[in-house]
Amino acid sequence: METFAFYFLSISIALLFGVTVMSKNILYAMTSLAAGMVLISGLFFILGTDFLGVVQLIVYVGAVMALYSFGMMFFDATGNIDEKHKDSRVVFILGGLSAVVMVVIFAAPLMAEHAHSFYPPVEGATNPQAVGLVLFTKYLVPFEVAAIMLLVAMIAGIILAGKRMDESLSKIEDSELAESSAKDDK
Amino acid sequence: MENLVYTALFAPLIGSLFAALFGMSPKKQFVGVVTSILLFVSFVSSAKLWAYVSEHGPVHVRLMDWIVAGDMYVPFGFNVDQVTAVMMTVVTIVSTVVHIYSNGYMEHDKGFNRFFSYLSAFVFSMMVLVMSDNFLGLFIGWEGVGVCSWLLIGFWYHKEDVTRDVNPSISPSWAANEAFIMNRIADLGMLVGIFLIYWNFGTLQYDAVFERVPEMGHGLLVAIGIFLFIGAMGKSAQFPLHTWLADAMEGPTPVSALIHAATMVTAGVYLVIRANPIYSEIPEVSYFIAVLGTFVAIFAASMALVNRDLKRIIAYSTLSQLGYMFAAAGLGAYWVALFHLAAHAFFKALLFLGAGNVMHAMHDELDIFKMGDLRKIMKWTYLYMGLASLALAGIWPLAGFFSKDTILEVAFNEHAYGIWFILWLTAGLTAFYSFRLVFVAFWSGNRYEKFGMHPHEVQPYVLWGMLPLGILAVIFGWYHESFMHFVTKLLPAYEMSEHTHHMTGTLITVTTLIALGGILVAFRLYSHKLKRNEKIENSMPYRVLSNQYYIPIFYERVFSKPYAELSDIAWKEIDMQVVDATVDGIASIVEETGDSARGMQTGNLSDYLKWMAFGLVALAIMAVIVAMKS
Amino acid sequence: MIGLGHYLVLSAILFSIGLVGVIRRKNLLMLFFSTEIMLNAANVAFAAISSYHNDLAGQMFAFFIVAVAASEVAVGLGLLILLYKKRGTLDLDKLTLLKG
Repeated sequence: METFAFYFLSISIALLFGVTVMSKNILYAMTSLAAGMVLISGLFFILGTDFLGVVQLIVYVGAVMALYSFGMMFFDATGNIDEKHKDSRVVFILGGLSAVVMVVIFAAPLMAEHAHSFYPPVEGATNPQAVGLVLFTKYLVPFEVAAIMLLVAMIAGIILAGKRMDESLSKIEDSELAESSAKDDK
Repeated sequence: MENLVYTALFAPLIGSLFAALFGMSPKKQFVGVVTSILLFVSFVSSAKLWAYVSEHGPVHVRLMDWIVAGDMYVPFGFNVDQVTAVMMTVVTIVSTVVHIYSNGYMEHDKGFNRFFSYLSAFVFSMMVLVMSDNFLGLFIGWEGVGVCSWLLIGFWYHKEDVTRDVNPSISPSWAANEAFIMNRIADLGMLVGIFLIYWNFGTLQYDAVFERVPEMGHGLLVAIGIFLFIGAMGKSAQFPLHTWLADAMEGPTPVSALIHAATMVTAGVYLVIRANPIYSEIPEVSYFIAVLGTFVAIFAASMALVNRDLKRIIAYSTLSQLGYMFAAAGLGAYWVALFHLAAHAFFKALLFLGAGNVMHAMHDELDIFKMGDLRKIMKWTYLYMGLASLALAGIWPLAGFFSKDTILEVAFNEHAYGIWFILWLTAGLTAFYSFRLVFVAFWSGNRYEKFGMHPHEVQPYVLWGMLPLGILAVIFGWYHESFMHFVTKLLPAYEMSEHTHHMTGTLITVTTLIALGGILVAFRLYSHKLKRNEKIENSMPYRVLSNQYYIPIFYERVFSKPYAELSDIAWKEIDMQVVDATVDGIASIVEETGDSARGMQTGNLSDYLKWMAFGLVALAIMAVIVAMKS
Repeated sequence: MIGLGHYLVLSAILFSIGLVGVIRRKNLLMLFFSTEIMLNAANVAFAAISSYHNDLAGQMFAFFIVAVAASEVAVGLGLLILLYKKRGTLDLDKLTLLKG
């Protein structure tokens, strides 16, 4: 059962990501990316890391892909995009080589006999509970730092993309607001 | 005593440096005065040292260590022994007279200060040469006089090159180069000799070397003797390195008087005299030196017979007398060679200075056939030059008689009758051409008027300056006994055999007769109105002699031109095409590498990402390989 | 049976797909998609190792990667918007300023 699920999921993910990389249409690329991410989350569930799977769904598929969709709207890129590709062969060779090398690098330490785990899960806890236990004790500082980082990113995103940030909409009189919006329309 | 040595040695140097300060300025009279005074100081110190050495023996000082490298130890040491004392005194007295003379001669020259600087530097180098106590110091002085003579011969370097028929010496700078290069060629031989000495004796100090000479192998001594003599050949202009001496007359006359009469050319003789322990052990080389000297004596005399240039005649006579000195040294009579060296210095310098007076009066005209009857106007110069010529001819009781006759006696004593005969013949020729010069220039009817010249005698102080030389030319010979006693404390004494003692009277008579004969022939031919004989002048022997046996042209065709071609090839083919091309090649490789690496910087993000991925993969592969090895 | 190796091979394949996309893509937005793929591949690897070795550290790492990726997208898109406003295009070749 697990075998079938793994192969189905992995082949689908690989194909979908292939579409993302090769397609000329942004919409197709984005859609296949989102689908791939959903299927990756399925992989996580198979592995037994439930919490991570849910986080993947919520954050990646929900938030990140939504962001990309809004971005796509903004850039007006619904049509086909022409791209000039010069040496495709070099690129694919590089990719293949990197895959092989990566496998070798990953495999090596795992062949070793002396791997031991730093944070083994507590007996009898479900995955979310175990994750919570470790996250809020051993990884507390990184957690807080990550929170601040997200805050900063949010502020940065707003400032980078916002218009007329020095005015406060709630404090302007209604009449002025109407005038300025009329000006904008022109 | 050490102070005397240092004073004698460094006074000329101080004079030279002082004059050098004004080298670029216009003439300043005090420069000439100061340098002359310093030279006189050096002369006084040298004379005092002579007196001291004759009483107490040699003075040895060591200024400082010079080369201390491994086993090699060469100090700046100076050894004033009898031979050195003689050389020092001769050099300084002639130099002082020449300095005083130059104040008058170079009066109107723009390079007045520079001249005195060079002159004093020359004297300093010569003093280093004769006072040094090791071969390397000798070599330093040797090179120094070579350089200074180059500077002085080429003093009027701005004169243009002309062809050989206009001026056989082509130009002062050409003559200077010729002198220097010929000396350099000879110096190579001398250096090889010095290397051989160091290699086998382990030291360069005279006393250490000469002590161990008897232990060394004969072949080695022959080699050393030959190579050192090659150096002497260059400096003293023996055949075949003789052409530079006549051409050196392009320099100012005081230079000829100092360098090419009295000092530099005698350095070669000094070397042979100084190295006499070596040459005593190798009689075959010494004999060769004597034969070569004899050959040069008659060779030079033959060229002087037909020459028309005032200074060149005197130059050839110098060459001839150098041959005499080498003949004496080669036959083992070293003190006789030294005696002739000193006597010759005095009367030859006097002759040159007199010639300078004549040139000055005749506005630098050198052709004696354009002069005549000058005795009526330039009485004192006539007297000096006549006296010097008599001394040169070897007439009793002047200095040349004692020295030249002794040399002939030595030749007779050694049973070298061939040498005796040729030297005897040369004595006659010497008398002839010296008096040919005197009679044509000072007698024989006025020829200069049609060239519009108005000669006059030089200033009195110049004539007074020449007086010491005149006196010495007369009286020096009378001291030959005490000279011999003085010098043979160091040099081997030379005893004449009994047979020669009986023959002495005959020999002297015969020699004097041929000298007087030469003078008489010259008198008959030249003292009255001059008749130029066209037939003789165009005949082959005359032309061969007046072109110096065509040797300079031979040297130019056989040595100079091919060497110039070789240098040209070395420049164009080797230097430009190989060396330059290599350097340029390396530079262009660097440039092209940079040029092609420029393609990495396109500004295109995609390309950069590609390079990044490439680097990543490469590093990862390297990491895997390294990890697999260990 | 599915071992750790399978997951690692899958992760490597996904990573290289992402790498190819990063190099190939000329539109900046598509480039970002490829970057996301690479991050996800890393996540798969971490999760797999964590699961097979019973070590929670891997999952921790994966969480933080997710958080970082999210903030990166936010800031990146903001910058892309500014770039688009300034230059009018998102094509890499047209954005190149260097001439050499």
